[in-house]
Amino acid sequence: MTCLPAQTDKKLGLVIDLDTCVGCQACVTACKEWNTGGHMAPLTDTDPYGAHADGVWFNRVHSYEHTTELGGRTVNFPRSCLHCEQPACVTVCPTGASYKRASDGIVLVDEDKCIGCKLCSWACPYGAREFDTDVGVMKKCTLCVDRIYNHNLAEEDRVPACVAACPTSARHFGDLGDPTSAISQLVEERGGVALMPELGYKPTNRYLPPRARSERAAKVDAPALEPIKAEGGFLGWIDRMLSN
Amino acid sequence: MHPAFSVVFFTTATGAGYGLLALLGVLGGLGFIPADFWLGLAGMALALGLIVAGLLSSTGHLGRPERAWRAFSQWRSSWLSREGVASVATFIPAGLFGIGWVFFGKSGGWVAAAGLLAAAGAVVTVCTTGMIYASLKPIAQWHSRYTLPAYLIFAAMTGSVLANALLQSFSAGSSAILALALLATLAGWVWKLATWRYNDQLEIPTTANTATGLAGGTVRSIEWPHTEENYLLKEMGFRIARKHSAKLRWITQALAFVVPIVLLILAFMAPWPLASMASALAAVSQFAGMLVERWLFFAEAKHTVTLYYGRA
Repeated sequence: MTCLPAQTDKKLGLVIDLDTCVGCQACVTACKEWNTGGHMAPLTDTDPYGAHADGVWFNRVHSYEHTTELGGRTVNFPRSCLHCEQPACVTVCPTGASYKRASDGIVLVDEDKCIGCKLCSWACPYGAREFDTDVGVMKKCTLCVDRIYNHNLAEEDRVPACVAACPTSARHFGDLGDPTSAISQLVEERGGVALMPELGYKPTNRYLPPRARSERAAKVDAPALEPIKAEGGFLGWIDRMLSN
Repeated sequence: MHPAFSVVFFTTATGAGYGLLALLGVLGGLGFIPADFWLGLAGMALALGLIVAGLLSSTGHLGRPERAWRAFSQWRSSWLSREGVASVATFIPAGLFGIGWVFFGKSGGWVAAAGLLAAAGAVVTVCTTGMIYASLKPIAQWHSRYTLPAYLIFAAMTGSVLANALLQSFSAGSSAILALALLATLAGWVWKLATWRYNDQLEIPTTANTATGLAGGTVRSIEWPHTEENYLLKEMGFRIARKHSAKLRWITQALAFVVPIVLLILAFMAPWPLASMASALAAVSQFAGMLVERWLFFAEAKHTVTLYYGRA
């Protein structure tokens, strides 16, 4: 069970555009809202209104300042499960609770088999898995497996909740195993990157780096205010009278 | 990494227990330690007691301990599952050896076969424990060639120091076992120093740049996704002040290596009751020292997820 499929029919995943993400946290709250009633429900919160609020979230948005010789920029960075092709979180699982689906490559946890040993969270370099102390089992992003195949939803809504919620269309969902899919084309066009490729987990999700600075933009500087020139006629007479 | 006491105690106790079991299995089975009821009973009770206490302690950090039996199923891919299978399988030859050696007072023949199998099972189990840590790529201090040998060396070291204390207390000590305990402790000390040296010079290729995919320049965390510590930071973001780390390394070296070495040399020279006391003290000091060592093994290990939180 925790042995990985040699290959998957599809490689469903997310592409996140770091150029357009504004860090509004809409994907974070939409994820929590859907999933606390979804496949991995509940996403327990402990002391939610107290001084030490904590809880299970599948999606967390960090903010960084990226400084290069060209200058600095703020980058908002959503972090969630990358549904790796070589997910060590699955192979380390002693019980068979963690598995990678051969059909679409989604990495899931069977909550009824999980013993809560937490080893999978140690094996994930990306911090994608969070332990639910209340239920005593590990939880993680399901790629909204209960939305994307859900025939009770309108076809355009069959995308992960985070993708549906994003107001700047910074999040894209699709089959990254199909080079002709729109999402693969987007990765190709924008030079999408994998995170920590040196560790060999082969993440499915891709991040689109912020676009290069452009000098092509039109000058929008307004001309500086200058003293009004003396005019002739009636207005000129008023100007002279008021200037006295 | 957060040093959970249940896991610190588990790896230390089972290491010593399996080390002692392997030595008793080989030396008792082949007749180098003469079969003696009380010595055998005390030795097997100590070895199996440490193993059982350690295994029970390891279930202490499970979220759902009542499902622990499921952990025997995924031995094809998981070192943790292999550890579970190997640890339980080792009880079979260990039990047979114990019955033959302790209750029937036999060595050689089937008792030797059971003893050797128990020793092999002990070595395999310690290897699986080491591999759980050595296989974790996100933790560079564990994913190194030092980790697996360390578990084996420390099991041999604590096992032989315990075996010596046991034999001395029954006035059945031998200079060969004493020498083994001494050499193993020296080897453990050298290995620990080499490991710390390696870890302190470690250049980790994974940085905040590769973690975020933002190439070049510097990536500085300016805002966390949450205001309070979450699971990731509590479990993987454990930090230990450098000054405490240095002090704890000295304590480890004193308790686990220096004090036992001095006491074992004393046991070489001193007459019986004194030699026995020195040997017992060496074992107690070393066990305490190894608990500190294992605590540091966790506390000094840095997980890649901390890069997302700006912790270099």
